[in-house]
Amino acid sequence: MPIFWLVTLILVIAALGYVLARSRALASAGGNRSALHSLPSYYGMNSGLKIIVPGFGLMILWLLAQPLYVDSVVSGMIPDAEIKEGSSRGLLLAELRRTAEGIDLAISKNIMDEEFARNESTEFADMTARLKDAGAVVTSSITQPIMRGAQELRVLSSTGRWLMTMAVILVSLAGLFWSLRETNAEFRARNVVEQGVLALLIGAASIAILTTIGIILSLIFNTVEFFKLYPAMDFFFGVEWAPSFSGRGGASELGVLPLLWGTLYISIVALAVAVPIGLFAAIYLSEYASNRVRSIAKPLLEILAGIPTIVYGLFALLTVGPMLVSVFGDGGALGLNWQGGGRAVMTAGLVMGIMLIPFVSSLSDDIINAVPQAMRDGSYGLGATQSETIKQVVLPAALPGIVGAVLLAASRAIGETMIVVLGAGAAARLSLNPFEAMTTVTAKIVSQLTGDSDFASPEALVAFALGMTLFVLTLSLNVFALYIVRKYQEQYD
Amino acid sequence: MTDANLDKPAAAVPASRSLLNGDERTKKREAAEKRFQYYGMAAICTGLFFLVVLTVSIVRSGLPAFTNAVVAVDFSLSQEEFDAAEGQLFKTKAYQGLFNTALQNKLTEAGIDVAFDDKAIERILGKTGGTIREYFRENTDDIGSPVMFELAASSRVDGYFKGRVTRDTLVDSRFLELNDLDIVDAMAEAGVLKTAFNWNFITGADSGVDNPGGAGIGASVVGSFFMMLVVLFLSLPIGVAASIYLEEFAPQNRFTDLIEVNISNLAAVPSIVFGILGLAVFIQFMHLPQSAPLVGGLVLALMTLPTIIISTRASLQAVPPSIRDAALGVGASKMQAVFHHVLPLAMPGILTGTIIGLAQALGETAPLLLIGMVGFVARGYPDGLIAGFTDPNSAMPAQIYTWASRADVGFYEKAWGGIIVLLIFLLTMNTIAIILRRRFERRW
Repeated sequence: MPIFWLVTLILVIAALGYVLARSRALASAGGNRSALHSLPSYYGMNSGLKIIVPGFGLMILWLLAQPLYVDSVVSGMIPDAEIKEGSSRGLLLAELRRTAEGIDLAISKNIMDEEFARNESTEFADMTARLKDAGAVVTSSITQPIMRGAQELRVLSSTGRWLMTMAVILVSLAGLFWSLRETNAEFRARNVVEQGVLALLIGAASIAILTTIGIILSLIFNTVEFFKLYPAMDFFFGVEWAPSFSGRGGASELGVLPLLWGTLYISIVALAVAVPIGLFAAIYLSEYASNRVRSIAKPLLEILAGIPTIVYGLFALLTVGPMLVSVFGDGGALGLNWQGGGRAVMTAGLVMGIMLIPFVSSLSDDIINAVPQAMRDGSYGLGATQSETIKQVVLPAALPGIVGAVLLAASRAIGETMIVVLGAGAAARLSLNPFEAMTTVTAKIVSQLTGDSDFASPEALVAFALGMTLFVLTLSLNVFALYIVRKYQEQYD
Repeated sequence: MTDANLDKPAAAVPASRSLLNGDERTKKREAAEKRFQYYGMAAICTGLFFLVVLTVSIVRSGLPAFTNAVVAVDFSLSQEEFDAAEGQLFKTKAYQGLFNTALQNKLTEAGIDVAFDDKAIERILGKTGGTIREYFRENTDDIGSPVMFELAASSRVDGYFKGRVTRDTLVDSRFLELNDLDIVDAMAEAGVLKTAFNWNFITGADSGVDNPGGAGIGASVVGSFFMMLVVLFLSLPIGVAASIYLEEFAPQNRFTDLIEVNISNLAAVPSIVFGILGLAVFIQFMHLPQSAPLVGGLVLALMTLPTIIISTRASLQAVPPSIRDAALGVGASKMQAVFHHVLPLAMPGILTGTIIGLAQALGETAPLLLIGMVGFVARGYPDGLIAGFTDPNSAMPAQIYTWASRADVGFYEKAWGGIIVLLIFLLTMNTIAIILRRRFERRW
């Protein structure tokens, strides 16, 4: 039974439970609502909760656990001798799963029947031939253990699915009977329901923790896997980035330094654009601008922050890049021949800077506004002009906050993906020329995970190590920036 | 202070100094003041200038995607011709021949005489026979009466028409030869070739790598729509529930602090890291289908959650405590006070925050790259509701990225056009959010 129908069925049972429990409660009080402990609908809700929560809970747990169990059983069926040089258990398992999908396809096309698909004595050559007929993706590496594994996988999954359906329905029905049995006029339905709802609310709030745990676990597991295949020292201190293209074996140089340098360089260019413009815009808006100008200019600047990054990426690739080449490139307006192609550190940095302007300006605006008016008045009273007041009183007072804002902007710049994927180029380089193409950590995460390389190879797994680096980098920047901003805010509260 | 001190002012200050005549130093200070103000104005103007450049380049490069060059010809097919063409071995070729004759006649009628062969027409218009045959087989009643056909010209002719391709830049290839442009000019002069609104761009699906003309964004709009459904149905209830707990029920303890820290950190995690999470957990671990809007929606829902929680908490905080007190005073339980009174009052603010969160999620691209939405060419609409969630599809930003990374320059125009469509959606959502806020949000 497809999941969709199972979900519908649980919902139907829950609706039934609601109606039954409600009328049962009313009946137990002889139709007199005021004789009940709670409002009649609470008895219904009690029943509904007791059906839906265990039903869906069991279903989700089962769906999570079943693949784990099936994988471990099937993986045990592949003898170690089967794992050849340059291959891995993960690769064979993927092969096995593909074979299982191929069998499903073949059955749906009537090329083999269920009995043939389950027959343990089937020859793998025969199976391969039939799979080919069905148009499934078959490689030459199907062997007898893999075919047996694929057959077992199908059997286990379908029995698992069947068992799950039965178990979920049983649990829901049990919930229905339990809730009906306890329903009577004295039952404190509202208190029970409110306890349940509170538990659900806590559960929802914990999703944030679960997400963080999920991120950390998925990064750590794969990073550890990567460091088993590739020495950590070479990764952290390697100055060359040259993944082999085959994706299987071959000597890959996976040093993170050129990527970090590219990331840093592009971020510096971006901040060099965003910080002066953003800061001066914030000063003008908060200290000089009339209300009219402020009410027009501020939202207009903030539009820049609401534009999706893919738009900036395209802007970098198709507008800014060619424009920069026409100025700094060969035969350009300045006759300099500095820039070879549109994709360069400068292109990505400039566009990223534009994106960060409103980020810097609105954060600094808040911080400048938080400086107490008394400090300004004191300065004016001593005869300072407005700009002297800003330069010598307001900015020094706001400095920690502004540094925090710049750090937050830097963490944005480091984590930005689309602009660098489209605007910065693909070659990893340790160079000082900002008109050269360089690449960043984020761009390489994308290219290593969207390529053809196998998931268990170091060339793909390195993306997780890169992700880990990125995560740690941005997280520490953020925590540090927030710490500074908070500390500063407390000063004037 | 005594009078004696005021008798002789300090020698440093000139005796004749008036506040109306500034001295050198004052002038310098005032100039510095002016300069400082100009810096500020210059910064604002630079920011706005970038905004204008961005808008202009989007509009100028994107609008051509909404029009295309079409050849409009009255074409009538007699019953005998229909039968004869259906009797042949290469049926579409027969139709193409008939159509080319009609086109030739039309041009001669207009007083223009250019030599062309069937190959040249095929380069300009693509294979027309199939379309025509399809039409007459479905509408057999139209046989014998003239029918207006609007056939899209090939993407290079389209480019020539829009100025993207010129006679100087064109290199003879199997797609278009220089001599074909004479025919194109002649057809344009005769009024046969003209620009029309490109409905296919709005409603169509993605085409292959070498056919920029036929590419449309429709299928990926549908993909985005299903993704947004998942985001809405997950992140709204979870976000609201989490905010209610944190704002109304959570005790001051370690666990609450932990949740708060996590939420503020998740808001700052780079989006690509969420993509890694989606890849590792939903695809690698749970074996959900790749490129499916369901997976995209799950990842984006996790990303949107902090945004929704932050705005929901703000609007819950804005409801004055007297509402809660009044509800509790007439005997409501805490849960009833929150769900019956506080939540409905906070709803406009929550919805505004949700729409803004959804708009953010709609434009997010990086996580979609990792869960395989980019490699997939969305050639058609999903069939059915469940297939809409689980079948591989593209999404608007992913589609734009795919077009931008293709080799054929014709796709760039489509990418810009896609951006216009995406921005129209974002603009609409944000406008709705602003209207909601203006109309329903209560100030206490």
